[in-house]
Amino acid sequence: MPATPSSRCVCTPCSGERAVTSDRSVIADSLGVGVATGAYGVSFGALATGAGLDVWQACVLSLAVFTGASQFAFIGVVASGGNPLTGALTAVLLGSRNMFYGLSLAPLLRLTGPARLASAHLVIDESTAMAVTRETTRQARLGFYWTGATIFVLWNATTFLGALAGTAIGDPRDYGLDAAVGAAFLGLLWPRLTSWGARLTALLAAAIALGLVPFTAAGVPIIVGGAVAVLAGLVRHVPAPEELP
Amino acid sequence: MTTIWAGIAVMAAGCFAFKLAGLSVPERVLDHPLAQHAAGLIPVALLGALIAVQVFGGDHALVVDARLAALGVAAVLLMLRVPFLPMVFAAAATAALIRLL
Repeated sequence: MPATPSSRCVCTPCSGERAVTSDRSVIADSLGVGVATGAYGVSFGALATGAGLDVWQACVLSLAVFTGASQFAFIGVVASGGNPLTGALTAVLLGSRNMFYGLSLAPLLRLTGPARLASAHLVIDESTAMAVTRETTRQARLGFYWTGATIFVLWNATTFLGALAGTAIGDPRDYGLDAAVGAAFLGLLWPRLTSWGARLTALLAAAIALGLVPFTAAGVPIIVGGAVAVLAGLVRHVPAPEELP
Repeated sequence: MTTIWAGIAVMAAGCFAFKLAGLSVPERVLDHPLAQHAAGLIPVALLGALIAVQVFGGDHALVVDARLAALGVAAVLLMLRVPFLPMVFAAAATAALIRLL
């Protein structure tokens, strides 16, 4: 989209900074991520009823839990005959990463009271990623709410449709939707790989996660791989006392 | 059935508590340079792990399939500075086509 407000400096990099992004393109990107992610609720709904949940349970899950990876982890455990409470604990463990997302979001959103309660529900992978990568607080908020709200509406609608249709809709993998999610995550990671430290952290997390996949419950490799890589990055970077401000 | 509802209740409460806790931690916790550094590392590490599991993850096994080709296409397009949405659609189309063949 070449249209940009003429008053903005977009033609030349301003003293080495990245070009200014328009609010409209922030919203467009957010809607795009929201539609791509929200559509994936079809597969959640279908897989949930396939795992033995009824339509109500699938819909309440998407409404009340609203964090995709945790929901998939839960029905994965239930589908393989595991105890639903074990599945729930796995899901909550996986959902703990949303707390770290909240840490990054809090200074951008600056929320109190009921607004914080309502906004907390929208703290997920995609809304965080579309917020913390923005250059201004205003665009971080735009990214967070547009992405979060779009996904919330679509995720719940498509969960309901998927649960109703069950497997009749077909396998979302036939449309490459599972691969689209990996590509979307890579697109979100890409701008952050600006230093060797960041690249090593991402690679270490990926390697540890892959090493754990065969041996652990679904969801655990992401938490452990991520945590170990963060700790390794912190240990490497403990500042000497004179470097402290 | 009741245990499924119990599981859903536990999950809803636990996941929401984590979401709210992150937003509610006092700001001074983030003032420390180590915390600042951790806040920058966390998304990088989690996205790295998420990509790996999303692309290679199978039922308790690592699987190489159309998802890897799609990720390769995504990486090339990102290197060529192709915008986000065309990149994601191209990756999905790659996987869909490979599975069709």
